[in-house]
Amino acid sequence: MATTARHIISLLMENESGALSRVAGLFSARGYNIESLTVAPTEDPTLSRMTIVTSGSDEVIEQIIKQLNKLIDVVKVLDLNDGKFIERELMLVKVKATGTFREEMKRMCDIFRGRIIDVADGSFTIELTGSGTKLDAFIESLDKSAILETVRTGASGIGRGDRILKV
Amino acid sequence: MKFAMEPGMANSSKQLSGAEILIRCLHEENVEFVFGYPGGAVLHIYDAIFHQDTFKHILVRHEQAALHAADAYSRSTGKVGVALVTSGPGATNAVTGIATAYMDSIPMVIISGQVPTYAIGEDAFQECDTVGITRPCVKHNFLVKDVKDIAATMKKAFYVAASGRPGPVLVDIPKDITAHFCDFDYPETVHLRSYNPVTKGHLGQIKKALKLLTEAKRPMVYSGGGVVLGDASEHLMKLIQSLGLPITSTLMGLGGFPASDPKFLGMLGMHGTYEANMAMQDCDVLLAVGARFDDRVIGNTAHFLSNPRTIIHIDIDPSSISKRVKIDVPIVGDVKSVLADMNELIATEKPKQNTVELASWFKQIDAWRSKKCMNFAQSSELIKPQYVIQKLHEVTKGEAFVTSDVGQHQMWAAQYYKFEQPRRWINSGGLGTMGVGLPYAMGVQLAHPNAQVACVTGEGSIQMNIQELSTCAQYQLPIKVIMLNNRYLGMVRQWQEFFYENRYSESYMDSLPDFVKLAEAYGHVGMQITKPGDVEGALKEAFAMKSRFVFLDFITDQKENVFPMIQNGKGLSEMILAEDL
Ligand SMILES: Cc1ncc(C[n+]2csc(CCOP(=O)(O)OP(=O)(O)O)c2C)c(N)n1
Repeated sequence: MATTARHIISLLMENESGALSRVAGLFSARGYNIESLTVAPTEDPTLSRMTIVTSGSDEVIEQIIKQLNKLIDVVKVLDLNDGKFIERELMLVKVKATGTFREEMKRMCDIFRGRIIDVADGSFTIELTGSGTKLDAFIESLDKSAILETVRTGASGIGRGDRILKV
Repeated sequence: MKFAMEPGMANSSKQLSGAEILIRCLHEENVEFVFGYPGGAVLHIYDAIFHQDTFKHILVRHEQAALHAADAYSRSTGKVGVALVTSGPGATNAVTGIATAYMDSIPMVIISGQVPTYAIGEDAFQECDTVGITRPCVKHNFLVKDVKDIAATMKKAFYVAASGRPGPVLVDIPKDITAHFCDFDYPETVHLRSYNPVTKGHLGQIKKALKLLTEAKRPMVYSGGGVVLGDASEHLMKLIQSLGLPITSTLMGLGGFPASDPKFLGMLGMHGTYEANMAMQDCDVLLAVGARFDDRVIGNTAHFLSNPRTIIHIDIDPSSISKRVKIDVPIVGDVKSVLADMNELIATEKPKQNTVELASWFKQIDAWRSKKCMNFAQSSELIKPQYVIQKLHEVTKGEAFVTSDVGQHQMWAAQYYKFEQPRRWINSGGLGTMGVGLPYAMGVQLAHPNAQVACVTGEGSIQMNIQELSTCAQYQLPIKVIMLNNRYLGMVRQWQEFFYENRYSESYMDSLPDFVKLAEAYGHVGMQITKPGDVEGALKEAFAMKSRFVFLDFITDQKENVFPMIQNGKGLSEMILAEDL
């Protein structure tokens, strides 16, 4: 059995309506995994940059890259795992901040280098950035009963140094 | 009676309406035929068609047939096929035809009407998300939102459809856009930064491949639909002649190499010849040209890989390479250009070959051939379907265009009509769409008005687009329908016989019409043939009627099966032969 690994795929595509559904449709039609998918326009408004976190064997990842390249709207595809890269994800967590929780949450937030961005009578909203594993660790370390709501952006990735994805 | 046109129709002297622009684009692309069916959303376009006579519009009786006819026009000529349908049901009826073309990589441009831009998303009458519905079965599609974009979009559509690995491209045009006006300016060139199909293959890889082929002990060539679509037959012929290699072909590749050549081992795969499948399994170096190792071709993948061999794969589509089987020497490029480079290398380097080993390899192949796996038991009572195809081949001197539907008759046509030229064998290989046969024959006959066109079909398949008998009458298409009538959905029945202990669940074709009368009702000639002795005479009589559409209803042996056969999940060398039963 071929081993599966997590890969982060970055791509540039034409910023046109329908482009996102072509990519999403490709993954569902061919049965590829999507752990997360983020997309937004780049500094060049005609281009969007997408980051897809997926997993599969080397053969599957190779097919994913080829199939993505085949989409007419896709301009460039890069498997970040082919070299050194940085991965970041943003998470907002609304936590209970009543009684002893109020101090506890502030402390946890500091330890993980988060920021409290909204303060209400009974709750804080904490903003935290980092790799997916760091965000997972933060959630793990909180008292489950304190978590009111979480929202995560999904990973964004960029190559280190002069590894640049540009047209 | 006259009604006011929609707003925006006010004309100015030199500007054209979106509909007129669309027509001009088709003129610029030298389109000969548009296969279509009108409806509300395309009325402006049909009005513009009324005012032109540069291309001919063919009015089908169902949109599915328009797509198949345009598809076959393309398959038989190499040009881009064009179809035009209305929004909603027109577009959904077209989907089967689009998917059929997509699976076989056929270049087409499909124009679909859409509800006006201001009504999109409101569940308007005859609205459907055509771009969304067709997205998984087109090479690309566009929704045109501004009349100024029509010309550039059409240019892109034709370019994308025909270049690289070809495929259908759909252009969805809202009705109001076809009524707006602007200047017409057809772009001369097109550039898409995101789309740059390769053509030339990597020379280093080509050299490596040639070395492997010449040093091989048991070389084998496996050629596919890419050779036909890429117009690479002559180059393939040259390669095979200069290296003297054995060659087999997929269903889609038939005609890409002449069947009468002694190096040709026949078709391979699920219903391929004994010699082709055995050689494919046993070779030590395999050259795959424009083929994609699909499940109907190599059978069980693990079984195929259990015999080690070095595989060279030439294909225009990088995603076809190492998709199902790991490739040792991939060559991404246009098949024709890669084969030309390979031939040139052979001419300049005159590589030494392993001739002794090659001769003994051919001895082995001849031993497999001597099984004569294509022999079938002739009957004096019942018409054998294979016999009809053999006679069809004789009567048409092997020169006809043969379209087929899907089922046993398709396999017999592929096995017994020996194709000598490319683009003569027109069938749905990838999607396996019943109902293509008759509309395919229409597209082919229109493209080649003086050619003999035979549609080999079954009584199941023909009824899936039988309404097109009317279209054939309207355009006086002298097609000959060769129906192998076994009163069964034969291919289904065959599987039920083999794998479901003869439980023929819903595979008997009851309440068949009198096909002779049916043909006559449309003004065609109908003939029913029930005796083996009458087969040849009937075919001769039919083809002698050069200007008539003739429907030949051959009442065939109901229990005949297609052999050889590789069962689902079995390997290439595990065929069932007719003699085994
Ligand atoms: C549109 C469609 N529906 C169902 C099938 C499944 N199918 C494959 S072959 C076949 C039977 C075809 O019967 P017929 O046209 O009479 O040809 P025969 O096999 O008898 O030669 C069927 C139902 C198909 N290929 N296409």
